[in-house]
Amino acid sequence: MTNIVSPVAGAVVSKAPERRDIGIKRRYAAERRFQAYGMAAIAFGLIFLVILLSTVIRQGYTAFQQTAISLPIEFTEKTIDPSNKRATDPSVLVAANYGALLRDAVVKELNINASSRPDVRDASAMLSKGAPIQLRDMVVADPSIIGKTINVTVLADANVDSANKGQIDLSVDEKNRKINDKQVGWMNELKSSGALFKQFNTGLFVNGNSSRPEAAGLGVALIGSLYLMLIVLVLSLPIGVAASIYLEEFAPKNRLTDLIEVNINNLAAVPSIVYGLLGLSVFINFMGMPRSASLVGGLVLTLMTLPTIIIATRAALRAVPPSIRSAALGLGASKMQMVFHHVLPLAMPGILTGTIIGLAHALGETAPLLLIGMVAFVANAPTTPLEPSTALPVQVYMWANEAERAFVERTSGAIIVLLLFLIVMNLGAILLRRRFERRW
Amino acid sequence: MSTSIILLCLVVFGAVAYVAARSRATALAGGKSSALHSRPGYYGAYAAIWAVLPALIVLCVWLAASPDIIESTVRNAFPDDVKAKSAAEQDLSYSMVATIGRGFNLLTSDELTAVGADTKAVQAKLNEKGVPLAGEPQPYMLDAAKLLNAESAGSRLVMSAIVLVLAVAGALYALRGITPRFRARNRVERVMLWGLLLASSIAILTTIGIVLSMLSEALRFFASVPPLEFFFGTVWDPRFAGAGSSSEGQFGLIPLLLGTLYIGFVAMLVAVPVGLFAAIYMAEYASPKLRSLAKPLLEVLAGIPTIVYGFFALVTVGPFLRDLSSQVSGLLAGNYTNFIQAQSVLTAGIVMGIMLIPYVSSLSDDIITAVPRALRDGSLGLGATRSETIKKVVLPAALPGIVGALLMTASRAIGETMIVVLAAGVAARMQINPFEPMTTVTVKIVNQLTGDLEFTSPQTLVAFALGITLFLITLCLNIYALYIVRKYREQYE
Repeated sequence: MTNIVSPVAGAVVSKAPERRDIGIKRRYAAERRFQAYGMAAIAFGLIFLVILLSTVIRQGYTAFQQTAISLPIEFTEKTIDPSNKRATDPSVLVAANYGALLRDAVVKELNINASSRPDVRDASAMLSKGAPIQLRDMVVADPSIIGKTINVTVLADANVDSANKGQIDLSVDEKNRKINDKQVGWMNELKSSGALFKQFNTGLFVNGNSSRPEAAGLGVALIGSLYLMLIVLVLSLPIGVAASIYLEEFAPKNRLTDLIEVNINNLAAVPSIVYGLLGLSVFINFMGMPRSASLVGGLVLTLMTLPTIIIATRAALRAVPPSIRSAALGLGASKMQMVFHHVLPLAMPGILTGTIIGLAHALGETAPLLLIGMVAFVANAPTTPLEPSTALPVQVYMWANEAERAFVERTSGAIIVLLLFLIVMNLGAILLRRRFERRW
Repeated sequence: MSTSIILLCLVVFGAVAYVAARSRATALAGGKSSALHSRPGYYGAYAAIWAVLPALIVLCVWLAASPDIIESTVRNAFPDDVKAKSAAEQDLSYSMVATIGRGFNLLTSDELTAVGADTKAVQAKLNEKGVPLAGEPQPYMLDAAKLLNAESAGSRLVMSAIVLVLAVAGALYALRGITPRFRARNRVERVMLWGLLLASSIAILTTIGIVLSMLSEALRFFASVPPLEFFFGTVWDPRFAGAGSSSEGQFGLIPLLLGTLYIGFVAMLVAVPVGLFAAIYMAEYASPKLRSLAKPLLEVLAGIPTIVYGFFALVTVGPFLRDLSSQVSGLLAGNYTNFIQAQSVLTAGIVMGIMLIPYVSSLSDDIITAVPRALRDGSLGLGATRSETIKKVVLPAALPGIVGALLMTASRAIGETMIVVLAAGVAARMQINPFEPMTTVTVKIVNQLTGDLEFTSPQTLVAFALGITLFLITLCLNIYALYIVRKYREQYE
């Protein structure tokens, strides 16, 4: 018997360690690896978020400051109005050579030999090409300043601005950069005398588009985006809420309402550029609305935002407990009264949160606006939604396509402004939800 | 009367009708509101609806229809020799007539008689008023313009009269019908219900609008370019859409579609593993604290506008990859040439993939958490580790839903525009090197439709054919994805 038992026992003894080794170590290692993959994936996403935001901010925060030069300008009568005709013919003031005034002022300020033409040209190139227009507007507004000397602050040229902000590598050979050593020297001279300084860039928020980076601003885009948001809000909130109330509270379960449901879910996933095509062919081509107008853009974005708002509103309506409905109906309210007096007010925080998120989405949308012509170069602020306009993200797109270095800074600045708006809207949505959301 | 004044009148009428009906109802009830069927406000609303709604409908129909009717009247009055000309020339003449008519409206009656039938004087006078004419008008145009103005003025007058009379009549009719037993609330609520139904049908109208508008323009395109050449053509070379250029372009969809799919594929290659692992970690491992922090942060990626990603790709990622590739080839081959272009499939794909991470992760997160707890417990109870449970039990159970989520993400990748516009390039080529630029359907839609448009040239209309292709592809993907997700959800509910 022992002979028989012992091999079995021996087998048990000898096999036992083998059987106990069920690869626990290997399996735990796999477990740890698996967890590490998960953490790496989240870290990857977050790192990219950080890189994206920090790149934009690093490139863009300087756009909120602009280099300006303060010069004592002599409004000499000889240059502006040599034949003294301004009393009879005010157009002299508009056509006068204001560039000469600036040139003289710069030459005097920097003590340059006025007969050396390259020097004079380089020196006046340090000022923005928009500066003569600024002087013209001053004189036209108040002709009595002719003959006086006034300290005027004009914008510096974009290249001087970039150099002043340290964005141009000055160790590169002079020929390969847009600002030469002499200009850098003058810049430093003006800087130490306090005539050249950085100031807050109000132009970025006020000016229209311009081909000169230092004068280009987001003014038109901000107004255009404001119009767009107003139109989207005014149209999509009532229509979206009405549609959701019908679907959630009144719709009978039939083919038609099923179709509407499937439709809304699909519309939420239609590429935004398709809405642009719709706007182009229906609103502009068929109905004859003006191209580039924010009205058309608003309508297109409304159609695009509606599904988002409807889905959010339906979720908010569904979250109102049935007891509220039963109580209202039990006290003799009609179904319509029940919805409008009781359910809707309780669902309002959720609806508004969804609306704000939908609006934020619409604010950042670019592609449909490109198709309906909102990429137009607009320099003057539109006064009605029917005039040509542009929008914040479209302005970003247009500046991103510009070649000049200074536009990269502007583009990043515009993105920061856009992101700030989005952050404010999303924070508002979160606060609204925290403050008013009721858990039943 | 201008339209805005009519609208203002309607608002005033509505308000007056509301107040009148309300006080009439209260008076009829003798001050006891319990004697009324509905609350007094409903009687007011009933009268206001009768005052405003019919008048408003007539106003809208009239405004929409009258320009066409007037145009055809004026065109019928054109002399016979003009009518014999081609339709395009008649259109030109009519637009000239319309401009003259607009100019005549700016003139006083004295000035109008002063210029008389002198065509030169008319042109000069209108120019002075800021209405430049394309050329010297012909005598019949002046008469036509006068006819046009007379017709429009007449139509406007009749319209104002009808609308206002209708408003007053509606209000009076409603006021007469009010009795204490009148069921005003039911009537008002029926109108409201119709309003709600109308609002929800806008969703259907949008879809119909998308399909019809794109289909009609695409059919016009297919009239000049055969569909077979479009769908199976391998060369995209639309040529310049200049006036009078007779050179026929080639509109092959295949290179664009390949570019779209290739870039989408690279994007999914980035987004799917990262998104899935992030979702698994957050659903199965992460502490509530980490989850409540990481989930919204990842979703920030979805909230950033795509134009920002495009700019990031153009200014940062593209140049970075280009410089990296030249360093790598410098190290390996000793010659510093970059083998990755700044605008390339890789650049666009990577950046788009990052944009898609939150879509994959939050959709799959929902699906993974929806897998019943009992399945996990069973597997863990049998001694499986958590990762084994996930790989062998949770993921297979969630697979249909995850596939649905991935299909939805893929449809987003295909329809994405701004990233590829800025980062993928515009060259329509068929090649397999991910380091070279390729182009997509959406890029070409944008390219063909920015700038001056002529709605007759195939160069413009092709955008609609591309658009409907894109729409159909994404629609199929979405419907299929929704179907899968819905079917899967029913399994566990």
